Amino acid sequence: MAAGEKRTMMSDEQAAALSPESVVAQMKQNGVSHVVWLPDSETNWLFLKMQEEQSLSLVGVAREGHACSIAAGLFAGGAKPIVLVQNTGMMESGDSMRGWLLNLNVPVVFLVGYRGYTRHGVNHDSAAEYTERFLLAFGIKFYMVESNADADRISLAFTESELTQRPVVVLIADEFHGFN
Amino acid sequence: MIYTKDLVHAFAPHRRNALVVSGRSGQYWLDISEGGADLPVGDPSMGGHAGFSFGLALAQPEKPVVVFDSEGDLLMNLSILTTIAEKAPRNYYYFLMDNECYATTGGQPVPNAKNVAYDLVARGCGINRTYFFDDLATYTAALPEILAKDGPVFVWNKIHPEIENRPPGQRAPWRKRSPAKVVADTRKFLGVTR
Repeated sequence: MAAGEKRTMMSDEQAAALSPESVVAQMKQNGVSHVVWLPDSETNWLFLKMQEEQSLSLVGVAREGHACSIAAGLFAGGAKPIVLVQNTGMMESGDSMRGWLLNLNVPVVFLVGYRGYTRHGVNHDSAAEYTERFLLAFGIKFYMVESNADADRISLAFTESELTQRPVVVLIADEFHGFN
Repeated sequence: MIYTKDLVHAFAPHRRNALVVSGRSGQYWLDISEGGADLPVGDPSMGGHAGFSFGLALAQPEKPVVVFDSEGDLLMNLSILTTIAEKAPRNYYYFLMDNECYATTGGQPVPNAKNVAYDLVARGCGINRTYFFDDLATYTAALPEILAKDGPVFVWNKIHPEIENRPPGQRAPWRKRSPAKVVADTRKFLGVTR
């Protein structure tokens, strides 16, 4: 393949990727007030855009389970949080999801970086292997977003969450585009 | 050391319009107040009362938010103190009840039970206004000053352990509302709609 062709191919791939602008737009569209988050390798590109957005208050945590109790408190007080973590941290916070979100009927959307996802179904990372099994075990509905074309599924997740008064997860399965 | 019941009863006259997350003091706070501004959520998942009350404080910046948490809960979530310090809600008052053990499971000691200086931990995490009390009279006298300060304020109290040895199924239930009802009632009380 000629060098020029490769550059074109990369450009197409970048164009297909999920942009931070479209994710922030979804947050604004759905009235998010607080982003409770812990950085991960899939969502680091969002940080600057979220910082620029004055309608969002960023609440950084040092362990993902904290995000669940904080989100529950924010909801109890009338704010509208979103949780932004990686699949590894989501699994780490399982009991907090049960206790602070499912038991308290807290409708909150999680944006979860899908570490290890390869699209073609052959995963080499146990984080990816167990992600969907974890969500199925907890009975938590989830959507998958791989590119800008899928971004409106984030709004579907908000609608689902509010209708059911439960957490809903959006798996950000964009790692295969190679932006890391 | 202070009895939990005395700790919350001494606080009650100073409450004003505070939202109270009663945490491990829930069964005693219930005798004082049980309405929309009271959040006896029980034990949804150990260690979350700090985060829950902190989130509530962020969402309701005009109302004081008070939490009575235990050292076992805090140890399980110690890094929450860094998040609280960073956001520094001026309306947030954290009361730690340190009985040096896991009282509800039979009184086993928490790690390094007698040698942790929780006020130093809080200060090290960036919460600058801290207090320590091990007697009721001093604590009671200081409450007006504590609650007059801007938050976040961290109040470490040494508490008599009230050890529970009965199997959970034999313990008398004390909660009047489910945790989900507590949250729903608070939202209604606050008039929030979204």
